[in-house]
Amino acid sequence: MTMLLSTIAGLVLFFIIGTTTRAALHVLAQEHHKPTFRDMPITASFGIAVILIYVLVALLAPVIAPFGEGEVVGAQYLPWAAPHYLGTDKLGRDMLTRLVYGARNTVGIAFATTALAFVVGSILGIWAALVGGWLDQWLSRFVDALMAIPALIFSLLLLTIFGTSVLTLILVIAAIDATRVYRLARSVAQGIVVMDYIEAARLRGETNWRLIRREILPNAMAPLVAEFGLRFCFVFLSISALSFLGLGIKPPTADWGSMVRENATLITFGDITPLLPAGAIALLTVAVNFVVDWQLHRASGLKE
Amino acid sequence: MEKTPLLSITGLRIEGRSGDAWHEIVKGVDLTLHRGEVLGLIGESGAGKSTLGLAAMGFARDGCRISGGSIDFDGIDLRAVSEADRRALRGKRIAYVAQSAAASFNPAHRLIDQYCEGPVVHGVMPREKAEADAVELYRRMRLPEADEIGFRYPHQVSGGQLQRAMTAMAMSCRPDLIIFDEPTTALDVTTQIEVLAAIRDIVRQFGTAAIYITHDLAVVAQMADRIKVLLRGNEVEEGDTRAMLAAPREEYTRSLWAVRSFARAEQPPATGTPVVSVRGVTAGYGAVDVLKDVSFDIHARRTVAVVGESGSGKSTTARVITGLLPPRTGDVLFNGKALPPSFKARSRDELRQCQMIYQMADTALNPKLRLRELIGRPAEMYLGLNGRALETRIRDLLSLIELEPDTYIDRLPSELSGGQKQRIGIARALAAEPQMIICDEVTSALDQIVQEGILKLLDRLQCELNLAYMFITHDLATVKSIADEVVVMQHGVVVERGPKAEIFAAPKQDYTNLLLSSVPEMDPDWLNRLLSARGGHA
Repeated sequence: MTMLLSTIAGLVLFFIIGTTTRAALHVLAQEHHKPTFRDMPITASFGIAVILIYVLVALLAPVIAPFGEGEVVGAQYLPWAAPHYLGTDKLGRDMLTRLVYGARNTVGIAFATTALAFVVGSILGIWAALVGGWLDQWLSRFVDALMAIPALIFSLLLLTIFGTSVLTLILVIAAIDATRVYRLARSVAQGIVVMDYIEAARLRGETNWRLIRREILPNAMAPLVAEFGLRFCFVFLSISALSFLGLGIKPPTADWGSMVRENATLITFGDITPLLPAGAIALLTVAVNFVVDWQLHRASGLKE
Repeated sequence: MEKTPLLSITGLRIEGRSGDAWHEIVKGVDLTLHRGEVLGLIGESGAGKSTLGLAAMGFARDGCRISGGSIDFDGIDLRAVSEADRRALRGKRIAYVAQSAAASFNPAHRLIDQYCEGPVVHGVMPREKAEADAVELYRRMRLPEADEIGFRYPHQVSGGQLQRAMTAMAMSCRPDLIIFDEPTTALDVTTQIEVLAAIRDIVRQFGTAAIYITHDLAVVAQMADRIKVLLRGNEVEEGDTRAMLAAPREEYTRSLWAVRSFARAEQPPATGTPVVSVRGVTAGYGAVDVLKDVSFDIHARRTVAVVGESGSGKSTTARVITGLLPPRTGDVLFNGKALPPSFKARSRDELRQCQMIYQMADTALNPKLRLRELIGRPAEMYLGLNGRALETRIRDLLSLIELEPDTYIDRLPSELSGGQKQRIGIARALAAEPQMIICDEVTSALDQIVQEGILKLLDRLQCELNLAYMFITHDLATVKSIADEVVVMQHGVVVERGPKAEIFAAPKQDYTNLLLSSVPEMDPDWLNRLLSARGGHA
């Protein structure tokens, strides 16, 4: 019965958030963008709302969080009661505070990593497809070699060599993910570079940079955006895995992935607290993919 | 005595979906077809020909639905019976031959396997018998080496042979009705003749009824007993082939008939330095020479048509001129000066002088760019225009190609019709203010009425802007209307060249003669005469 009720409540909340966001975006949007938001599906507006909330929370973390990030504020594993609304963890740190700071660290790092991987991977991939020949061979075989090494072991290796800081973490995961993006971008671009409009642009004497930016990238956008949504979620996993092994985000910095692990024992006592950071990851993942789906739909020119 | 018709369609309405709205594609068409009769369906693209053809099988494409009227096939109401019953009919009693056999055959299976599938699945005959039957039908379709051709894969036979193999396959269950959807549109004229003759013979031999869909009037005149003209989902008129060719009743039909009347005014022989001069060019890919010692000139204000079958080296010649394929020997002179062989070594101004218009406007225009950028980019790049000057230039160009600037300037290519896209291709070429334009099969993907519009536009622009055209085509009717000089190519060699009038009046080479005589004419007896003149050879 409770299950049913909470499901219904969840759906109602979903619709309320979705429709209000859509209405708000529609009102706020500039005149020529209005139709875009009017026809937006409710899933997409819900996704946008969730992402906005996460961004706000991440930006305003010190203001919102009731306690300090690494501050020990009480006994360990306190139950859900004021002033610790979501209880405390095994060291006695406030769970709500850690969740709020986790948004900043985990989402921030994951986003920076994915964005970097995509910028590097797609530009190199398209460049290789466009120029072909030796450049393509060198780049592609190099990427093959990198991909032959299991991702987790390779990142462990690199992090041990370069030391663990947030910057090296971002660079290492981005470098490894860029190889996957490279492969996708290259194969998509190979289908595009044989089109007559690329030949026409080449004959016009356009530079490679302009060919990549104006002629190929807009046409390769759809699969890349879809891949972005997926890869963003995988980066969460990579960061969590590395944190678990002690090479990711270092304690006491809050990170959703390690929060799940640290508090996992609570599950055996029927306490759902460890599921909260996991749920935060899941919700964001779903939200990002809702928005990505909507963008894909628009990019593919399907109107429904 | 009126026999009961094999197929009778009354008041057929078919709707297609765009977004949430349904709009009618076929708006209440009646159609009757008797056993052994061939009905030609003609009209421009978007007239609903193919949709109507498929509806004769009780089928509607994805995103389409049959919304009204009745389809009665030999006493069976195709709209009322179950999908399973309809499937039992398809292939067995009603067959379909698609426009592109190359795209319709499964490339992973041999021809004979695909032939046998229908008869075996429908339980008409066992596999061994079907195989023997296939060879028999391949022979009747006059396919070479009928005994073994079925054991090849689709990519191992030519386009014309594939189209005949597909017709044989449609015949495999001896259906009562075959729907031919533009079966020869993608073929060369010389190949088209063979396929037309084979199709016509086999339909007659088996007394099969057929619906023949095409936009080529001359073809339909050879094939059909009756012709039905469609326009935007409505029937314009229907009548006996001969009667209708002789005296069309409706204005629209007359305009279809008159479409090839456009002919460019005769030009005096050109003098002076040619704009482009191809000198002894030999070029190819890998070890193979596709072009062998090709030479010809193109003068300002003149159109040189390069004709030949596919694979004759027409497009390769264009690639040599544009610098995409540097020649092994020989060179390309521009206003008397040799051009660097590769486009990479050419200066921006040399690139500007020679522009190209492509066959498929769909792939020649970047689908993600708005017309403003598509047309504006060459002007911005070559002429250094920007801001207001660029905007004015784009608007002028749009007016020049007869598109209203305010309506079109911010559209995407997908928001244009086929003919309009081709006009944008022309505008993009003009934006560079070139001296010479290469037109690579620019009209072959278009309807005849749209083709005529494009040809007239090109002709007008040539007079206004002093352009030289190199017009690559396999369509000799187009050559007749627009060319000044003709270059005939075969197997990478220039077989014959000269002024249009000379070539058409007295071709010196056998090949030119073959090519010229293969162009279908409106006369319904043309194919018969031609076949008997060629001594039974198809």
